[in-house]
Amino acid sequence: MDASYEVRGVTRSYRARGRDAVLAVDRVDLDIGPGEVFGLLGPNGAGKTTLVRMLMGLAPPDTGSIKLFGTDIAGRPQLASGWAAYLAQDELALDELTVGRAVETTGRLRGLSRRAALTETAELLDELGLTDLAGRTLRRLSGGQRRLAGVATALAARRPVLVLDEPTTGLDPTGRRAVWLALERRRAESGTTVVLVTHNVLEAETVLDRVAVLDRGRVIACDSPGRLKAALSSEVRLDLIWRHDPPREDATVLQLAAGAVIAGRRWSTRLAQSEAGAALAALLAGPAFEALDDFTLATPSLEDVYLSLGGRDDDLERV
Amino acid sequence: MSSTRVAGLATAPRTGSPPRAGGPGLIAGTAAVYAGQLSRARAARAPLLFVATLQSLGILVLVRGFVDRSNELTRQGIVAGATVLVVAFVALNLLAQRFGALRAGRGFDYYAALPVPPAAVVLGTAASYATFTVPGAAVTAVAGALLYGLPLGHLWFVFPAVVFAGAALAGLGAFLGLVLPRPELATLAGQLGMTIVLFLGIYPAHRLPGALQAVRAAVPSTYAVDALAGSFLRSPDWVGIGGHLAGCAAVAVVALTAATWAFRRATLR
Repeated sequence: MDASYEVRGVTRSYRARGRDAVLAVDRVDLDIGPGEVFGLLGPNGAGKTTLVRMLMGLAPPDTGSIKLFGTDIAGRPQLASGWAAYLAQDELALDELTVGRAVETTGRLRGLSRRAALTETAELLDELGLTDLAGRTLRRLSGGQRRLAGVATALAARRPVLVLDEPTTGLDPTGRRAVWLALERRRAESGTTVVLVTHNVLEAETVLDRVAVLDRGRVIACDSPGRLKAALSSEVRLDLIWRHDPPREDATVLQLAAGAVIAGRRWSTRLAQSEAGAALAALLAGPAFEALDDFTLATPSLEDVYLSLGGRDDDLERV
Repeated sequence: MSSTRVAGLATAPRTGSPPRAGGPGLIAGTAAVYAGQLSRARAARAPLLFVATLQSLGILVLVRGFVDRSNELTRQGIVAGATVLVVAFVALNLLAQRFGALRAGRGFDYYAALPVPPAAVVLGTAASYATFTVPGAAVTAVAGALLYGLPLGHLWFVFPAVVFAGAALAGLGAFLGLVLPRPELATLAGQLGMTIVLFLGIYPAHRLPGALQAVRAAVPSTYAVDALAGSFLRSPDWVGIGGHLAGCAAVAVVALTAATWAFRRATLR
């Protein structure tokens, strides 16, 4: 079968009153295969939400084309919605509905009869562990429960494509597991294609088949997490946690500080394996050891890939 | 890909692609939106069901203190105006606010990403807001008729009057919420619209200056106020009342059509 999505040369800018146009998505090309779990990773403002809205036809591109199963859906949400279900970052339209009613209404609006929608609602709530919350209004739920209810609406009246904007944000481990099991089940049973936005590098590493790393509207890398990390296999990440300010006059400290991403007392830097070993040995033997609280040497993560490609460190979740 | 269970009628645009699922159609879509919106009354019952009624009842009591109660035309107008004010509060003011907030927060993405006709979203929501006004309008009309000594024989007419007024004012409220660029402006417009309905609906029409008479004739709620006021006579002129309702219906059609256009425009941003 053809790719689910074929995205070619897509650009989209926003014009805010009194300001210059902001380029939200910049010349993006993507192919997303059927049955693939495809992720968009990047910090806030990277263009992820704009891109997924474009994949649903909700935001017409300034230039380029977006095809879903061979049909041009750019700026045509009524066409895209026949194949794809969408979960926005926040479903404001549902906030005063009960969980059960929100899922049932969504099922009916995707074409199910009332009876079928009711039956499926019960199944979905059970699958996601939401049965006890069926009668609760969404706005009265915690952030995680609300997110889980949103995922349930996206799963209603099974569509061959799911486009999910941060489906697991705010979920506890049980909720995350329930969501991933539900998505995996649909992929196994129906070959469902999943396109999702995440900030979470660990999630991206473990559940995605492929990931596109976005920065300032551009795709700066796109491959499987394993292959992206393999490109940095000659390097390791050295994380240092300082008990207090390290001695800046120390040559090794000075050298590490120049290349590190510093977040409070945590320094993170990527080095060739031999350089990392030498730097660590020098730290442990020198005056900086007294200021060192903890250290970690690790193989590259997607975060390292992202940073090595010039991405910004802010807003990426590590846990 | 293995078989995929999808809802509705399917058309395959390309060999090997999964079928595209059809949506619910206008009537089923409107019914689903209506049912969903109607259930919101549970969470938002205070503004949707009580506040508007209390406001109109308060105005009825207040005005009774200084109005010329010997003039039947005045009394009919006050009770009809206060009743339609309930409709304006909910269908015009609250719906403009709600749609303004949804537009600003991209809440319409939810509907736009579903295979439901835009008209179904507007009609279903407008119908639900019109329905929210029925209990309050009925209570206001009954209380007003009792307070002002009007005949209760044709109070059933409150229901069609509220339905038509609700459709017209909800269409207008939806349109305002969808076209105004900021939610604050939608709130302002909704409250301004409600204030106009309040003054031009309750103030006795025959005592308004000529210029304001013309403004009153241009306000969509006037048709409903005049129709309802006419029903408080012992022998109503049903032909004239039917004419007023037809005017109300015409405004409703125009307002709902404009709101549907605005919905399409608001969802593609």
